[in-house]
Amino acid sequence: MSRGIFINIVRFVLLVLVQVLVFNRLNFFGYINPMVYIMFLYWYPIKENRALFIGLSFLLGISVDLFSDTMAIHTAATTTIAYLRPFIMRFVFGINYEFQSFKLSNTTKAQQFTFLALLILVHHTVFFSLEIFSIANLLLIVKKVLSIGAASLILCLLFSSLFSVNKE
Amino acid sequence: MQQIINFIIRYKNFLLYILLMIIAFAFTVQSHSYHQSRFFNSSNWLTGGIYGTFYGINTYFDLDDENERLLKENQRLRSQLFNQDTSPNIKLDSTNLKYTIVTGQVIKNSYAENRNYITINRGEKDSVKQDMGVITDLGILGIVENTSRNFATIQSILNTKSNINAKLKNTDHFGSLIWDAKTYNVVQLIDIPRLVPLHIGDTIVTGAMSSIFPENIPIGTIKKYDLDTSKSFYRIDVSLFNDMTNIKNVYIINNLNRKEILELEETTENE
Repeated sequence: MSRGIFINIVRFVLLVLVQVLVFNRLNFFGYINPMVYIMFLYWYPIKENRALFIGLSFLLGISVDLFSDTMAIHTAATTTIAYLRPFIMRFVFGINYEFQSFKLSNTTKAQQFTFLALLILVHHTVFFSLEIFSIANLLLIVKKVLSIGAASLILCLLFSSLFSVNKE
Repeated sequence: MQQIINFIIRYKNFLLYILLMIIAFAFTVQSHSYHQSRFFNSSNWLTGGIYGTFYGINTYFDLDDENERLLKENQRLRSQLFNQDTSPNIKLDSTNLKYTIVTGQVIKNSYAENRNYITINRGEKDSVKQDMGVITDLGILGIVENTSRNFATIQSILNTKSNINAKLKNTDHFGSLIWDAKTYNVVQLIDIPRLVPLHIGDTIVTGAMSSIFPENIPIGTIKKYDLDTSKSFYRIDVSLFNDMTNIKNVYIINNLNRKEILELEETTENE
């Protein structure tokens, strides 16, 4: 149990630092900065207290916001996917994600991919809608969600295969 | 009563989510007004300190380029100095100065968002205050937005909230410099009347109406121009002299007359 808490704290700090010191400066093609800190929500244990999880995601968003001068946009997006995560999981894994024996590592690659892609899609949609904040620029929002979402997805998949989650 | 408590217990996650979202929205909407939230910026001691530490490591990698750039600037300034016609009998004591300059280094730069902010390693300790102009050797960069003791954040010209007075070089036709958030090396100059003769490649500099920047600081050159929807003003694309992706040394300009100008303007408006 305490080992789980320790791992999550380390993960939290490392993901924030990697995000703000490396990926926020990537500027691939001038505007693509993948958001890898979403991996915290992907990796977070499933059977933990939900209120705590939402609160932690709020903190994660605020930490990234403080560094990137983006007001509270990361916070809003991260809190949203934290709240929606159980619904996304039920959609992707079916009813059996509620069983005690359920493990993320036992699911198929396709399911993990869909889960991650949905998290990123919702997160980026909320994020860029708030950042750009105008319906007139809908095309710009769609373009940013798709291009930066694809970049985030590729990097998050790399992360998930590099650091597998067999521990939980 | 029982039912209300049951309702709260049942939907506690949803209520928590709504509460946190309201907090996040409050911070975001508040910042859509002129000034950034006082707490949500990277000039505080924690984020500034972390950026400062990593800046200390990164800075060794491009010392050569930066030295080259500073040498070039010195060369330009020296050639201006030596070729001056008037004898330098202007008294440069502190009572005659209109501007003072502080130097600083960029420790965090961004240009991929809609509202970009730059963090520098100078703050209140070095008498950097809100609304001072920031330039580089090539042209303007932005305006100081928030300060802490050791750091300051700058609202970059690549920020949709930015609005700076600018004019055509050697004329007095002025307009406002804004950014449409499309590309990081092009900004827009609006409100130039259509009777003004324009040419592609003309230089745009800062105007005299600003109490933040001195007049005639270079901004960029005209890339293309069009009439706007009202057909009476130009909308000009200006390609910047500054490479916004590669900025290290900056100069922060303090206009010593700014307070007096603002006070005068305020009393005039109130009459």
